[in-house]
Amino acid sequence: MPEFFHRKIERNAIGFVVAIVAVASIGGLVEIAPLFTIHQTVEEAPDMRVYTPLELAGRNIYIREGCYACHSQMIRTLRDEVERYGPYSLAVESKYDHPMLWGSKRTGPDLARIGDKYSDAWHVRHLINPRDVVPESVMPKYGWLARNDLRIDDLGAHLVAQQDVGVPYTQEMVDNATRDAYGQATPDTDAASGVSERYGAATQVRAFDGDPARVTEMDALVAYLQILGRLTEAPYKQSAAAEAGE
Amino acid sequence: MVRFVSGLTVTERQVALVVLLALSLIGLAMAAAGRGDPMGAQGFIVMIFSVGLGFAVMSGYYAPEPDESRLSRYYDDPTKVGIVLTMIWAVIGMAVGVWVAALLAWPDLTFDAAWASFGRLRPVHTSGVIFGFGGNALIATSFHVLQRTSRARLPDQFTPWFVLIGYNLFCIVAASGYLMGITQSKEYAEPEWYADIWLVIVWVAYFLLYLRTLARRKEPHIYVANWYYMAFILVVAVLHIVNNLAVPVSFAHAKSYSLFSGVQDAMTEWWYGHNAVAFFLTSGFLGMMYYYLPKRAGRPIFSYRLSIISFWGITFLYMWAGSHHLHYTALPQWVQTLGMTFSIMLLVPSWASAGNALATLNGAWHKVRDDATLRFMMVAAVFYGLSTFEGSFMAIRPVNSLSHYTDWTVGHVHAGALGWVAMITFGSIYALVPWMWKRQAMYSSRLVEVHFWLALAGTIVYVFAMWNSGIIQGLMWRTYNDGGTLAYSFIDSMVAMHPYYIARAFGGLLFLSGAVVGTYNVFMTIRAAHAEAAAGETGADVPIVAGSGAMQAGE
Repeated sequence: MPEFFHRKIERNAIGFVVAIVAVASIGGLVEIAPLFTIHQTVEEAPDMRVYTPLELAGRNIYIREGCYACHSQMIRTLRDEVERYGPYSLAVESKYDHPMLWGSKRTGPDLARIGDKYSDAWHVRHLINPRDVVPESVMPKYGWLARNDLRIDDLGAHLVAQQDVGVPYTQEMVDNATRDAYGQATPDTDAASGVSERYGAATQVRAFDGDPARVTEMDALVAYLQILGRLTEAPYKQSAAAEAGE
Repeated sequence: MVRFVSGLTVTERQVALVVLLALSLIGLAMAAAGRGDPMGAQGFIVMIFSVGLGFAVMSGYYAPEPDESRLSRYYDDPTKVGIVLTMIWAVIGMAVGVWVAALLAWPDLTFDAAWASFGRLRPVHTSGVIFGFGGNALIATSFHVLQRTSRARLPDQFTPWFVLIGYNLFCIVAASGYLMGITQSKEYAEPEWYADIWLVIVWVAYFLLYLRTLARRKEPHIYVANWYYMAFILVVAVLHIVNNLAVPVSFAHAKSYSLFSGVQDAMTEWWYGHNAVAFFLTSGFLGMMYYYLPKRAGRPIFSYRLSIISFWGITFLYMWAGSHHLHYTALPQWVQTLGMTFSIMLLVPSWASAGNALATLNGAWHKVRDDATLRFMMVAAVFYGLSTFEGSFMAIRPVNSLSHYTDWTVGHVHAGALGWVAMITFGSIYALVPWMWKRQAMYSSRLVEVHFWLALAGTIVYVFAMWNSGIIQGLMWRTYNDGGTLAYSFIDSMVAMHPYYIARAFGGLLFLSGAVVGTYNVFMTIRAAHAEAAAGETGADVPIVAGSGAMQAGE
């Protein structure tokens, strides 16, 4: 009987097309659509802040160089991962990540909590030649990051696009995007003060690449790496609460 | 080149020129607007590509109208070019694969240039083999299978070229973009927004071409191979569009920001990613298998019923399985559990297909022994069965806690990609090339045999190396010493990988060598065919032509 039914639908191309699309759509609808509507999917974290323009530019360099192919940013809820890397990742931490960079492969270690773990100078040296600081490393050298000036003139347009996809940048942040990117990497200039006004007093303002005279791609990438895992305190509070409860 | 152009009608040549002119203007606009942005360089590539092809069309533009008798034959020119492109992309994609594999073993084996670093080359490898090699193979074979199983000629001669060449433009824009640092960072969906839009246009043309040809079919039933090709075309379109929704920074920027973020983006990406495996690398290639394997074996498909079960099972169940890429992450547990459950159920239709293929060979096993081409297909079916079993196994949450983030995943992917996708493709191409160029056999059946053993040895070396390294890695990460602390630093686990990374590069090199041998064999077969071009047509491989050629649409 089912065979007879199938003999009928396989004679009708349009019917077959409709059947394929209908049958194939169900899984995605059931699994993806509720993630947008079920409130508990993403935790509340009122202290969560957006990336500064410099950090966003750094994130774009991280994407451009394909860092996500070897480094995850997602600590799983497994004992050994938490002990190795820190509190497991919460959904809220990547709420402003368009796209997310959870990754799928750890040729190198997870980076979700790399922020503040090493000094800027360590990162710069490591990126220029990883084997200077970790002799066994198989990471590529990224010498050009220190040589290339960072493009900051169009960061306002980047922030507008971020607004369009739902990241709560204010108009003031958009208007000052280029100035803030410059200021965050040049602590001794007038532009520096606006960064902490707009993005919070805890924002790191310093010459990340060690050279306050220039804003390089290295500045941006290190600024991004140093903020990873530090946009909200929620995961640390949650893990502290869990330990206190034991 | 001229021969292909002179096969087109004058109207089709004009349409081609108009489309190429429009494309070169788009390229010019991208180059002008995108100055100071990688978009500009991409514009130049589009422009050079379309102007170059424009010259090619012009070189045959004044040839006389093609003979009406062409309408009583299948239209195979795009398939022929597609086969050659498949082999070229195979060599490029696999060579870059060997290169990046070597970089992991010897990281200083590189230059101080951004384009030559692992992160930029890796998507060239993945896209090169999946989309360049796999995609061209699917397009080329689908045109061939569609016409034969419908007993009808393609409805016009322009659209198949538009699909094939437009698709290759997408591949070129994508691969050159990665080298310049243009990527969305979504795995297997790295190309940026303008390339994605172009692919949608090409894909719609592909889908309509399929429907239009089916509408002309002289067979009442749509053959099972076409179900799979249709599922491939349709579902890949849905996946591609949803996963690539993004807002560009501006029309002059290559960069865009994806519409979704965080957990929703992760789920969408792996819904896409896993079903790119399902509908690009499985469904489409099953279509290939369902035609070329029974043809080559000279046996009908073992069971029509199994075909139905496996087709609808794959189409329904696969779409739920993507969340197994996100076990123990911030994705809600209920989605993880659904993904795991459906991944295990998937074993049923997967093994139904693999079993159907192997049972079809009953009565033809002596041919499998003697004919390396058929053996390619048989081994492909075996690897399909093995890697779908492995996939269901790895989707089990506790197993995944060990395997995820390790080389085991890479090994699993390559068991599928080398053992299944590439093997079924090479088998199909070795069957198809002599038919297309009207030869008795390939230039050298000895070289087919050489290719087979290189491919099989390469796959086994590769997969065993990655199983070992992946499981060692996973175990080292979770090993505790007696004091209750982690026994190994991350670096310890990396050092342990070194010998396996060398073995993996060697396995890849074997597989690449096989592809080079195969490419040589294909080129020599074509050359021999051209040398004997004077030989007449056999007349057997023709469609049923109802009425006169005047009924041909689009001419």
